[in-house]
Amino acid sequence: MCTDCGCAPPQPGHDHTDDHASRKILVEENLLAKNQRLAMSNRVRFAAHQLLVLNLVSSPGSGKTSILERTLTDLKDSLQFSVLEGDQQTANDADRIAATGAPVKQINTGAGCHLDAHMVGHGVEDFDLKTTDILMIENVGNLVCPASFDLGEDHKVAVLSVTEGEDKPLKYPQMFQAADLMLINKIDLLPYLRFDLEQCKTFARQVNPQIKIIELSCHSGEGMQEWYYWLDHGVNQKRGTRNAERE
Amino acid sequence: MHELSLTLNMIEIAEEHARRENAVAITSVTMEIGALSGVVPEAMEFAFEACSKGTLADGATLEIRRISALGHCQLCGEECEMESLLDSCSACGNFALDILKGQEMALVELEID
Repeated sequence: MCTDCGCAPPQPGHDHTDDHASRKILVEENLLAKNQRLAMSNRVRFAAHQLLVLNLVSSPGSGKTSILERTLTDLKDSLQFSVLEGDQQTANDADRIAATGAPVKQINTGAGCHLDAHMVGHGVEDFDLKTTDILMIENVGNLVCPASFDLGEDHKVAVLSVTEGEDKPLKYPQMFQAADLMLINKIDLLPYLRFDLEQCKTFARQVNPQIKIIELSCHSGEGMQEWYYWLDHGVNQKRGTRNAERE
Repeated sequence: MHELSLTLNMIEIAEEHARRENAVAITSVTMEIGALSGVVPEAMEFAFEACSKGTLADGATLEIRRISALGHCQLCGEECEMESLLDSCSACGNFALDILKGQEMALVELEID
């Protein structure tokens, strides 16, 4: 091993004067290149099993876990779910999901503020992807960082609850721009709040004109059918791909 | 906050390239950050100072080129400058803009010894 720079093995005539001359090199690499590569390999793996993969993003406390609990319970006879739970600490959410009977794995990011494609790739190792229809990935509660990290999902689903204020899409445009679907949760509380539902939808469409919006309450059950219909449609599209491939 | 993990990625990429060139040190790093990338350049500078310690890039200068954003209107076809994702077309006011430029977050160039 060369003691100067660690290059090995030392060659006869090994000369550092050329190697170490000060010089510029062109790199031109995206900082997320590695994550994008891993996300792509997750995507290939998910596609092999015709999985519908959703990345649920929101601020903490919007009701992501509660929406999942109700969804998994209501649809347990018709769809097979696997769930990845991302949080900085604790397995509390995974425990709640496990109580519904669905396979779940908790990922603790420690100091990390988001899930990345590497964590998800390892996170799904224990799941039986062959029998899974939908993989739900509940990201760390944070409306900023998870927007930048592709996990290999089909859709980001942004959850916004009516207790948060209608201008969240304007304050965190990156996230609402990256999402295909926005769930407005806790609408059973609307009579008690000064939350302008129409204004909220206008703001979201200003950031993302294509975004689909479903208003619901996982507490009262209002609007849940539309969400289930959206899930069913997504799964059927995947199954369509499967059938087309067989033919 | 995610500037920290982006900076760690950046240093990893920089070291990989520098090692391939048998470099003993990275003396300067040049990056491009787009106005719509969601990255705060100042946070990146702060993270770089902390994260580069003990790496080949220890003590390197960091140059950040800020890239302004450009959108293309889906309705009228005009190109317009954008300052945020909330901007509408400067010609017709439509909000559906395809982003042509401004989402960059890339390591562009290194100076090595």
